[in-house]
Amino acid sequence: MAERGVHDMGGEAGGPVDNHEHVPTMSERRVDALMQLMRSNPRSYWVVDEMRRTIESLTPEHYNASGYYEKWAYALRGLLIEKGVVTQAEMDAKLAEVKARLAEPSEKC
Amino acid sequence: MAAFEIGDAVKIRAEHPLQPQPIHIRTPWYLRGKHGVIERRFGDFHNPEQLSVGKYDLPEVTLYWVRFTMDELWAGEGTYGPNDSIVVEIYEHWLEPDDKARRAA
Amino acid sequence: MTHDHDHDHDHDHHHGHDHDHPHDHGPFQPDIKEPTEEWEFLEIAMRELLIQKGIITAREVEDMLEEWDGKVPENGARVVARAWTDPAFKARLLADGNAGVQEMGMDVPGLKLVVLENTPKVHHTVVCTLCSCYPRTILGLPPLWYKSRAYRSRTVREPRAVLAEFGTQLPDSVEVRVVDSTADCRYLVLPMRPDGTDGWNEEQLARLATRDSMIGTAVALNPDGVRG
Repeated sequence: MAERGVHDMGGEAGGPVDNHEHVPTMSERRVDALMQLMRSNPRSYWVVDEMRRTIESLTPEHYNASGYYEKWAYALRGLLIEKGVVTQAEMDAKLAEVKARLAEPSEKC
Repeated sequence: MAAFEIGDAVKIRAEHPLQPQPIHIRTPWYLRGKHGVIERRFGDFHNPEQLSVGKYDLPEVTLYWVRFTMDELWAGEGTYGPNDSIVVEIYEHWLEPDDKARRAA
Repeated sequence: MTHDHDHDHDHDHHHGHDHDHPHDHGPFQPDIKEPTEEWEFLEIAMRELLIQKGIITAREVEDMLEEWDGKVPENGARVVARAWTDPAFKARLLADGNAGVQEMGMDVPGLKLVVLENTPKVHHTVVCTLCSCYPRTILGLPPLWYKSRAYRSRTVREPRAVLAEFGTQLPDSVEVRVVDSTADCRYLVLPMRPDGTDGWNEEQLARLATRDSMIGTAVALNPDGVRG
């Protein structure tokens, strides 16, 4: 019998539900927007079940340690590479460039 | 052609009828092997197990609403009332007839 | 307005859609969090790369953000209020949720919208144990708690305990029907119309149909605007 996935949590024990309101951050809203742009018309690079499969394929440690849109961000990267939209090398180079740029104080305002 | 009628007693399969098991499955673990009753029939949809691996054009499968009693799922080990229930969307290939059960009222 | 050049980090001004100056917030300006986490840098990198490659445009991202700013629970509340005041609409909505909300200019594309009517005998509560399926085009982005491990794991087994944490206590005579949203349906709970609202118009009634009452972790507000 196949094993239970980390995402398949119905009926497990857990702590109290923290129902404080949370206003989505700009990063969260942008991940959401990017995901929608890529999977909806006219692009339709993948369907929602492929996105879910990608999220569920994160390691249990990664899945449990990550916030909702954090998981989406990693799934988005995985799908962009899987579908050949970008290459792993392009992605790695761009991420390094962004981190280097944002790590340094700028003279711009 | 749908295999089950509203009111039919069904059992959720413990595992997928085919090997190897799909990577992506929409039948929750807590329902595997449990007994329920067909409550509604929603028509035919593409199978997410196949969609999830990029197979978009395979035949559709019928989707049902299956109703479970809390005691069937948790045998008293939960916080629920005597009349409480759970309903879940289940695709037809995860259902088998539950011949031993009474046909629901 | 003061600009603190020493601390003001350059986000992605090159693309012209970040204008957050972290140190010149007025007292009422919402806090825009600086990206600090790996996944946030990844978001910027993916966005910039897709724009550079001509796959999307910065304008499309902005338009998508703006479109989603307009998707809020108040839209669902308008549907509920109309169902409370117009029995023929309610019948159509219960028979075909998609067609019902389309009458009000909304849509749940590609999915089947099922409207779950709460009655004195049945109270519906919606959860998605496998991910976080939610009628987002009707209610907006789901609240954080709906996506939490605690809510997703416990609601199917301890619905009465979870409801109590939302301040919702229902008599044993009521069937709490937990709906696990696993597949191609999306669910909108139609809460019971509060007593004491005879003669209220749709606009007044819509204010009582809270987001949580349309997920089913709460009932609608009472006429005084507090939880019933």
